Amino acid sequence: MTDAGFVIAAYGVILGGIGLYAAFLARRLRIARQELERLDGDVDEAR
Amino acid sequence: MKTRILGFAALAAVIGAAINGLFVVPADLNQGDAQRVMYVHVASAWLAYASFGVTALAGLGYLIWRDLRLDALALAGAEVGVMFTAFAIWGGMMWGRPVWGVYWQWEDPRLTTTALLLALYVGYLLLRRLTDDPARRAARAAVVGLIAAVDIPIVHFSVLWWRGLHQGPTIGDPTKLLHPSAPLLFVTALLAMLGAFTLVWVYLLIRRYQLARLDWQLEEEARRGRVRAVRQAAVGAAGAEEPAR
Repeated sequence: MTDAGFVIAAYGVILGGIGLYAAFLARRLRIARQELERLDGDVDEAR
Repeated sequence: MKTRILGFAALAAVIGAAINGLFVVPADLNQGDAQRVMYVHVASAWLAYASFGVTALAGLGYLIWRDLRLDALALAGAEVGVMFTAFAIWGGMMWGRPVWGVYWQWEDPRLTTTALLLALYVGYLLLRRLTDDPARRAARAAVVGLIAAVDIPIVHFSVLWWRGLHQGPTIGDPTKLLHPSAPLLFVTALLAMLGAFTLVWVYLLIRRYQLARLDWQLEEEARRGRVRAVRQAAVGAAGAEEPAR
């Protein structure tokens, strides 16, 4: 592999990885918020 | 909303710093283009230290004040730190192969202590899964986080304490603070990348902290639901045992 190949591999994995992790966190946050809203809705319904 | 703005600012800063590091700054005379890996490699390593520092301090804070918000912050620091440590190792391997001729060398103290740091904090994250009790989990994690943090200065100073393949500090050496061994253009590009990565780091830390707090609330709800179910079952059983009149 050429020097450019190593540079692309390094930047690709690191920047891509950060982007994936940020997207993963955003997705988990959305799911957790929806779950909490659903639970709150269930409590209101029970009342 | 403010966090979202921070996210966009971090994204723009990383794109700018990456373009600068990849296309604007000239290649190194000796190492060629491979040297460009330094910008993301060093920035990742510094933020790994910062993350585990947050974990250790938040853990210590938890042991003193017993506030679960500090435990959420400690968890955020550990997870983000594991990610940046893995990226620092990956970047080091991608830089090491064209420059040293090897991806990895176990005899090198910097490489080995960094691998140990990664293993310690992966262990920290696994340890947190052993119990559902938030207070017990936070206390155990705080102790482990503090013990693991001992490795941070060992990693940092390993290049000064022992001989190895890894180069010495570029600008971290106090004796070279005003006269870094790298050209100013490279140091500026490195600082730009570090600034951009720091924005990303703050953004990820806030998001992971928010998630930890939400997960904790969901755990609480689940626990309350379980308690309610047990109570209802107990009341039902008592009603069934009551003699018919």
